[in-house]
Amino acid sequence: MPALNEEGAIGAVVRDARALLQCDVVVIDDGSTDRTAAIAHDSGAIVLSLPFNLGVGGAIRTALHYAEREGYERVAQIDGDGQHDPLEVKRLLAELDKGFNVVVGSRFSAGYELSGSRRFAMRRLSSVVSRRLGVPVTDTTSGFRAMDRRAIEFFARQYPVDYLSDTVEALLLAADAGLRVSEVGVRMHQRTHGTPSSGRAKSLYHLGRLSLVIALHHLRGRSRNLGDTE
Amino acid sequence: MRDRLEIVIVVVAVLFVLLMLELVRRRQLREKYALLWMGVGVVAVFLSFARSWLDKLATALGIDYGPSALFLFSTLFLLGMAAHLSWEVSRLEERIRRLAEEIALSRARPPKDDEPITE
Repeated sequence: MPALNEEGAIGAVVRDARALLQCDVVVIDDGSTDRTAAIAHDSGAIVLSLPFNLGVGGAIRTALHYAEREGYERVAQIDGDGQHDPLEVKRLLAELDKGFNVVVGSRFSAGYELSGSRRFAMRRLSSVVSRRLGVPVTDTTSGFRAMDRRAIEFFARQYPVDYLSDTVEALLLAADAGLRVSEVGVRMHQRTHGTPSSGRAKSLYHLGRLSLVIALHHLRGRSRNLGDTE
Repeated sequence: MRDRLEIVIVVVAVLFVLLMLELVRRRQLREKYALLWMGVGVVAVFLSFARSWLDKLATALGIDYGPSALFLFSTLFLLGMAAHLSWEVSRLEERIRRLAEEIALSRARPPKDDEPITE
């Protein structure tokens, strides 16, 4: 559960998740300046406090490192701001049980609506990623995911840490590593606190960077194929 | 006129080399960079005295005006340096990220109420 300055929401989210799922809750405090870490700890979470802000991708990689070292078999990633319903994690875990390594919780099947340019970008990403994975993934930037041990071990070593890369590029890497990816629909809560991370110019920049990432990914894939004898 | 220009270049280059030496002495600059920049200073001094060399080099490359060649070389050199430093900064950023993660992991606290949790 990555969290940045979520002192208003984190306590309830942690308690909900613990009560509903009966599991360890790990909160990665991504350099918060408020009481996020203390509240999460008081609510019964294991708290990993980063000394400064690394972004969501960095926080997730930290958590995966932790899961790898502590020997967790499965992890689910949900937001610390309360917009993901912890109960829906069960749906992701059920999908892992079917033998998938990475499961993405999609916001779209539950009627999540986007405005024009954003929707266009999401569709493009979805088609690129789906083609690469061989299975349809509609919500490539969803931060509601679950992974099994194999995926944990793989991503603890190389999780993409840049904004949006942590979600989209991670799926491409999973495809390369031969991990099986699936998507299930999940219900969403309204955001209880905080604001969505958007901003038009920034979004454009990140989409541009992401295009480069995807292009590079194709190049790397080709050179790897040439080098491999498999 | 020409002499005055040479004096200016020599003074600037010598000050630059001294600055690099001082930074190395204070251990604020790695020797490899100090050597590189001192080399640049020496080349600048050399070229300001041996203009004919510069002109010959320019002619050999098909450039009519010596100082243009100098411009070209310095631009390429600075471009290369900027690229190299971007590379180093990327590498350092990744290392710092790894360190930050390690710090977070090594000061992880177990949950408050230590009741056993079953799957």
